[in-house]
Amino acid sequence: MNYDIDKIRSWFPVLKNDVYNKPLIYLDSAASAQKPVQVLMKEEELHNQYYGNIHRGAHFMADKATNEYEGVREKIRAFVNAATIREIIFTKGTTESINLVASSFCERYVGAGDEIIVSEMEHHANIVPWQLAAERKGAKIVKLPFNDSGILEIELLVDLINENTKLIAVAHVSNVLGTINPVKEIIDIAHKSNVPVLVDGAQAAPHVKIDVQDIDADFYVFSAHKMYGPNGVGVLFGKEKWLNEMPPYQGGGEMISEVSFEGTTFNELPYKFEAGTPHITGVIAFGAAIDLMNEIGLDNMAAWEHSLLEYATEKLKEIDGLRIYGEAPRKSGVISFNIEGVHSYDLAMLLDKMGIALRTGHLCADTVMAHYNIPGCVRISFGMYNTKAEIDAFIVALNRVRMMF
Amino acid sequence: MTIEQVQEEIVQEFSMFEDWMDKYSYLIELGNDLQELDPKDKNDQNLIKGCQSRVWLVADIEDGKINFRGESDAVIVKGLVALLLRVVSGRTPKELLETDLHFIDDIGLKQHLSPTRSNGLLAMVKQIRLYAVAYSKIEG
Repeated sequence: MNYDIDKIRSWFPVLKNDVYNKPLIYLDSAASAQKPVQVLMKEEELHNQYYGNIHRGAHFMADKATNEYEGVREKIRAFVNAATIREIIFTKGTTESINLVASSFCERYVGAGDEIIVSEMEHHANIVPWQLAAERKGAKIVKLPFNDSGILEIELLVDLINENTKLIAVAHVSNVLGTINPVKEIIDIAHKSNVPVLVDGAQAAPHVKIDVQDIDADFYVFSAHKMYGPNGVGVLFGKEKWLNEMPPYQGGGEMISEVSFEGTTFNELPYKFEAGTPHITGVIAFGAAIDLMNEIGLDNMAAWEHSLLEYATEKLKEIDGLRIYGEAPRKSGVISFNIEGVHSYDLAMLLDKMGIALRTGHLCADTVMAHYNIPGCVRISFGMYNTKAEIDAFIVALNRVRMMF
Repeated sequence: MTIEQVQEEIVQEFSMFEDWMDKYSYLIELGNDLQELDPKDKNDQNLIKGCQSRVWLVADIEDGKINFRGESDAVIVKGLVALLLRVVSGRTPKELLETDLHFIDDIGLKQHLSPTRSNGLLAMVKQIRLYAVAYSKIEG
């Protein structure tokens, strides 16, 4: 495989840093990915050359910024293969994207006694918004369970769906288990009963090729900051049919057509859902991250990261008393584990001192922790810039730390 | 010894360690040596929930002094709890309210008290103060 890792690493200035006088080993890209120079330079270019508020100004700067901003919308459309840019809404992040759907979709379609199916392996961001909406509407959340290997029991879905089911919310890739869920199959089952599906793609978008038309997703959401782009930017893909029928999420500038004290008419898609001045800088710089991912090729990145995942899994399995959570055959990006007799937070504290950045705790997925009856775990995750040498160093550090207990 | 003297004593102890590994090994030792709480005290009422580790704190007042007991599920946090208990347990509410807990900063472990670490320790320090305030009112 022709994967120029040295060149890729050179694009990420932060990776050259030392922490506590040790070279940084960043194994927390699933929490947030580092930013390449291409993204940093795009932010600078915007501010130095053509910053202005978009869609509003009658001047060169505003026009140029608007063109750049809308150019990114088209890039995102192509990235997920949506039919039209009207289906691409910019938000603050995955969490806001889900809240938008939970609020506006449920407002329009969910009533007392209705049900929303949520998978057991969801991040809190794909559980709590549905609970809040269900509470407002007198609806109920129904759990789609996973088995101990970390695989969703989708054969149960047919029985869970009934005439009251209004939506299914499921992750494309689990942030704890790494499982790549068969979303196309899930959506196919759901659609047979005319139930729409929201796919949380936050962990998939940096690693897995997304084709919203192929999987026929009704909603697909993700964040720029996990895709080497700036934080504070997210995307909501929604089928035009739904977005047209759903009421606006927030009111303000941009999302209106005409306003009077007697009433307001709303702007067309996608602007209807983009109230206020958006994160102009973030969106425009996000475009540079998308360009970079396209240039390297998502398939190349995925293959590289998969080899890291396999290598690290093999090495971790050699450690006595280590248990990996999530052993689905189709996995991406993350490995979560615990070592018997050692608290995950203790491990992370000591590894941090050795320059290794990783994640511990409940990983914002209490339902997954409850499934395995653990208070938390350690998670390592990979980005395009990680190497086998880093995994080797991590394993050495882990073994050293383990001996301290 | 006053609270201040105990804090100075701890700072002195930690000044002997040359590198961070020794420091943490000592914390692990302290954590392992800390007397475990009675399981019935490890209830939700005494739980200070962090997102990365959990801490339990129990307080009783006796002869005007507050006796604190505590524990954590993470052993390094437990070591830090042991240090905190050494400083604050058996003090009067007045003593506690008049003292600034600076030793954790002094021994270079302040990062464990940052709100973002959410290991329950910062909340424990706050809870100690709340007990002191509450008991100072009761004691009048």
